[in-house]
Amino acid sequence: MELTDLTVVGALRELRGGAISSEDLTRAYLDRIDRLDKGLVQAYVTVTPELALDQARAADARRAAGEDAPLLGVPMALKDLALTRGIRTTCGSKMLENFVPVEDATLTTKLYDAGAVLLGKTNMDEFAMGSSTENSAFFPTRNPWGDLSRVPGGSSGGSAAAVAARLAPFAIGSDTGGSIRQPASLCGVVGFKPTYGRVSRYGLIAFASSLDQFGPLTADVADCALITEVIAGHDPKDSTSLDVAVPRYGDTLTGDLRGMRIGVPKEYFVAGMEPGVDSQIRAALDVLRGLGADLGQVSLPHTDYGLAAYYLIAPAECSANLARYDGVKYGFSAGAERMLDNYYQTRGNGFGSEVKRRIMLGTYALSSGYYDAYYLKAQKIRTLIKQDFDRAFERFDALVAPTSPTVAFKLGDKTDDPLAMYLSDVCTIPINLAGLPGLSVPCGLSDGLPVGLQVIGKPLDEATVLKVAHAYEQASGGPLPRPTLENATA
Amino acid sequence: MAISREQVEHVAHLARLGLDDDEIDRLQQQLSQILGHMQALDAVDTSAIPPTAQVIPLHSVMRDDAVRPSLPTDEVLRNAPRREGNFFKVPPVLE
Repeated sequence: MELTDLTVVGALRELRGGAISSEDLTRAYLDRIDRLDKGLVQAYVTVTPELALDQARAADARRAAGEDAPLLGVPMALKDLALTRGIRTTCGSKMLENFVPVEDATLTTKLYDAGAVLLGKTNMDEFAMGSSTENSAFFPTRNPWGDLSRVPGGSSGGSAAAVAARLAPFAIGSDTGGSIRQPASLCGVVGFKPTYGRVSRYGLIAFASSLDQFGPLTADVADCALITEVIAGHDPKDSTSLDVAVPRYGDTLTGDLRGMRIGVPKEYFVAGMEPGVDSQIRAALDVLRGLGADLGQVSLPHTDYGLAAYYLIAPAECSANLARYDGVKYGFSAGAERMLDNYYQTRGNGFGSEVKRRIMLGTYALSSGYYDAYYLKAQKIRTLIKQDFDRAFERFDALVAPTSPTVAFKLGDKTDDPLAMYLSDVCTIPINLAGLPGLSVPCGLSDGLPVGLQVIGKPLDEATVLKVAHAYEQASGGPLPRPTLENATA
Repeated sequence: MAISREQVEHVAHLARLGLDDDEIDRLQQQLSQILGHMQALDAVDTSAIPPTAQVIPLHSVMRDDAVRPSLPTDEVLRNAPRREGNFFKVPPVLE
């Protein structure tokens, strides 16, 4: 067993028992990143070896002095939209290629305070807009499964690939319409978007503020529960952060689902779903039944409208949020001699094509004469989608569905067809619109590639979501083994 | 749902996005296609449905009006494309 095979919980056991040091563990990851990242997986935009070793040695010193902390000495990777003081934070964009934050995100602070060690910042679709990480301004990330010819999903594709390739024991992503869960599904790892408001967004570079949420990507559900507990909680710096106590999620992982009422929304078995995905999801439902859960079909009748509503609401919010990139305060500037020209050239040259498409779509939907027909209409559909879930949760404790209708697709397959790419998130988007917790847990392979089961819970009921996912994971033979990358060569 | 070239140019101006001719052509076609897809929403009667802007039960969160230190000026300005002393330097707005 290599050090990089350890889960977070496993690494903490070894660190606490004195069998390994954080410096050993951190070096093992840095060596593996050296061997397998550049030219192969390409999960990282920036690797921070000096900082990582400093933090690891500091963690070892704290432990030698008798201290402990929830993640003391455990390495991690952060999606490159979580602000890290003094460390370049690009958001996958040329616009922020040389941007060095002046402060940390609240999430970063919480993880540092818990003793985590930063290995680096992971690749992503530019400004978190995309489902394949091919919209990164720098390079695509490759899915560690198969022959490195497939996408890792997105937008948190670098984080998902890093965990799948054991280039980090855990990573943080963000999820606006599926950007944690879909890449987790495609890379065969666990990915969790907590309830909107559960994790502070302070220092998360904004895409769509009513939808964005940070969350963990991990090798198994127990790790996911631990990381969620560390990053959750109220933050006065984020006025949408909820002041609600955070349970000890690890305590809820009992494996016991007897009497649990689990709904299966029929609309999530969409046209275009691959047969191999369909059969693995149905096999997962049998596992849940075998655990004593009470499964029943449920209808979420407005599901079909989720995608269209999302692709009006999210671009509208993005067009407002990204107005800040003006070439004056920070980021790329074209350096034109007149103000208006500088705006046009800075934004025209600094943003990539998907970001421009969404700014255009959102600006159109908010513009005079179209606001009611598009933006307001989409917000009303959002109400109906939320009401669908409210009704379903009167009868059920949790819902389960596919995370993605397909396994990982080939690099380049969908880059010329924005609508086909958008459809990749059809099963994850409604959960963001309703602000619910949603988790993707691996449920076997189809054609040798991972499939993800999505578990959806009531607002703030992360505990039940984790409990269901954990029980399924244990009953189905444990976490999916991560790919070996044995044949990977640059 | 066809969007005209003039509409694309108008929206690009509102968004202060400089687009070249190829981009305008491509966006005209793609936005028409995407907005055509959005028309599926017209099938839903929403006349009696209130809009949802955000899903959490919080409104107008207040805090004490206490004086706190700001971010350090020099560090903030280090990210500025152009600066002069403690100021952001901008091109002329009015000429």
